[in-house]
Amino acid sequence: MSSLFTQDKKTTARNAAEKRFRAYGVVAITLALLALVWLLISIFGAGLPAFRQTFLTFPVTLDVAVLDKQGHALPAEMAKVTTIGYGKVLASSLAAEIAAQGIDTGGMTAKDLADMISEESAATLRNKVLGNPALLGQTISFTALANGRIDGFFKGRVTMESAKLDKNTSPEKLVLAGKLRDAGILSIRFNTGFLTMPDASDKRPEAAGLGVAIIGSLYMMFVVLVLALPIGVAASVYLEEFAPKNRWTDLIEVNIANLAAVPSIVYGILGLAIFINFAGLPQSAPIVGGLVLTLMTLPRIIIPTRAALKAVPPSIRDAALGIGASKLQTVTHHVLPLAMPGILTGTIIGLAQALGETAPLLLIGMVAFVRDFPGAPPSGLFDPASALPVQIYNWTQRSDPGFVERASGAIIVLLVFLIAMNTVAIILRRKYERRW
Amino acid sequence: MMKDLRLESRLDTLTNKIEARKVQVYYGTNHALKDVDVNILDKTVTAFIGPSGCGKSTFLRCLNRMNDTIPACRVEGLLTMDGEDIYDPRVDPVQLRAKVGMVFQKPNPFPKSIYDNVAYGPKIHGLTRNKAELDEIVEKSIRKAALWNEVKDRLHAPGTGLSGGQQQRLCIARAIATSPEVLLMDEPCSALDPIATAQVEELIDELRAQFSVVIVTHSMQQAARVSQRTAFFHLGNLVEYGETGQIFTNPSDPRTESYITGRIG
Repeated sequence: MSSLFTQDKKTTARNAAEKRFRAYGVVAITLALLALVWLLISIFGAGLPAFRQTFLTFPVTLDVAVLDKQGHALPAEMAKVTTIGYGKVLASSLAAEIAAQGIDTGGMTAKDLADMISEESAATLRNKVLGNPALLGQTISFTALANGRIDGFFKGRVTMESAKLDKNTSPEKLVLAGKLRDAGILSIRFNTGFLTMPDASDKRPEAAGLGVAIIGSLYMMFVVLVLALPIGVAASVYLEEFAPKNRWTDLIEVNIANLAAVPSIVYGILGLAIFINFAGLPQSAPIVGGLVLTLMTLPRIIIPTRAALKAVPPSIRDAALGIGASKLQTVTHHVLPLAMPGILTGTIIGLAQALGETAPLLLIGMVAFVRDFPGAPPSGLFDPASALPVQIYNWTQRSDPGFVERASGAIIVLLVFLIAMNTVAIILRRKYERRW
Repeated sequence: MMKDLRLESRLDTLTNKIEARKVQVYYGTNHALKDVDVNILDKTVTAFIGPSGCGKSTFLRCLNRMNDTIPACRVEGLLTMDGEDIYDPRVDPVQLRAKVGMVFQKPNPFPKSIYDNVAYGPKIHGLTRNKAELDEIVEKSIRKAALWNEVKDRLHAPGTGLSGGQQQRLCIARAIATSPEVLLMDEPCSALDPIATAQVEELIDELRAQFSVVIVTHSMQQAARVSQRTAFFHLGNLVEYGETGQIFTNPSDPRTESYITGRIG
């Protein structure tokens, strides 16, 4: 007689197998979590500094002799003074402030001083003065962006050693920057410009922002939502509820499933051929990006929508039809409301995928360098714009090390958008989930 | 034909509500119902009995053209209600279903309030002009379904929150709210416990006063209890049709006898 307290060989082996299997599972999950943590640490480590920026705040004397030689305060004459003129004004004002505060520059030239200010700031000041000529001759308090190397010094990217080898900066400038910080001229603050300013050229990472990319992405999401949701839902409802089941609908079904798996760049080529070359829509425009992403998103909305419609119990359809509701009334009064959480979840996840899509946008010219903000919709949809994932791709191509932090910062912004959208999807699912 | 004439002569003054002549139903190539001839009387409960897969539910679903929703299903022969062919191309099945209500095997209230469940039919058919009339129809229907006392204080609670028996009576209330002329019931008690079954059976007996009721059931006792006429289906054939008492006590076909005594089925 065997006892219940002793396990036979087979039971022991079975239990051991189960234990091993559990261990594999734990190892797999641990590896996945480690990868995720690694990813987040590397992205946030590299990207968070992009949200802080070094600024120089000092009084700027808008010298009429330099900025408006004729002295007529006429816009046409004033516009002849380029950013070089304004750069000189900024440099001399900074030099004056440094002298006034009695800070030792270590014998730096005026040009060296000018190098500490971002070239972007001269343009900002010029726009400000051209926009308000009454400022001429006044002394205003102006906040200029510090040069990318100075910014990098405070973020640990630039060191005294690297500055020695760097043509664009020098250890002396870094020392002076430290002194300016102590004097309160230089400060490090939250960088709203990263979210609001347009992209900047290769030499000005400190001025590069996501403004145009965010607006471009929002415009495209708007186009995708407006087109893909109704078309996708209508197609799903027709296929699921009305279409006869025959070879043609089978063929359509198989093709929709296949289209969902087509590489996104193929949609880019399609969009280039149809919307730009054939229909003549402008390149780099959010309308074209939105149309291409709509094509890409449609099957990804139709598949979950059909699944959600299928999940509505047939007894509900019977009940409505049995009472004398028409097919359309059955669908709109009963089936669609019950399928709505599934449809919304599918749509939002489809949109989130579209938001992160890069490849098709490269082909329709959204990879272009765009500094002008697109106008308000609807005409703004036809203006050139950028998109978040393309902006990331763009910045990773730039040579200035300042763009590493910008690209990672942009990834954080994109991730925040995606997480927000997925959260909305989860909340909607929870809220409208019904049991029957 | 002989049998039919014999039955007619024995029946009282009740008129035929639905007449079926040589009805055939095919599911694709499968011949599911063969040569069904039946007269369903007004203000009478007619029970369809028979083993599973014998075609009784299929026939029931022909009567309000619910089979139209199954693409492979084909109906031949003549089916008339009040002398009008219900498969005539001029007939709109949606309009027909307002006249021929249906209660299903599993209680299937909409995931809406009790009130909305009952009000849905009158609303989509435009039977009322204002809220007061709608309220009246809802109350009358729920009262007729013997559910009023249990739900009158929670008309706006979800219908899916009721017990199984209450849900089925709610479905009956929903079906009679459109004032149908015929009420089809497809095994309405198969998902209910004996107490709820008894309530629904009692209700069916009361509904007979206004409607022609056709009920499909697996329970021969139920058929004997609630119906005045019984039809026995077997393998797609209508084997025997007659007064319930006669079918259960003195069946003329040996297959009917075998079934009601439990030898086949």
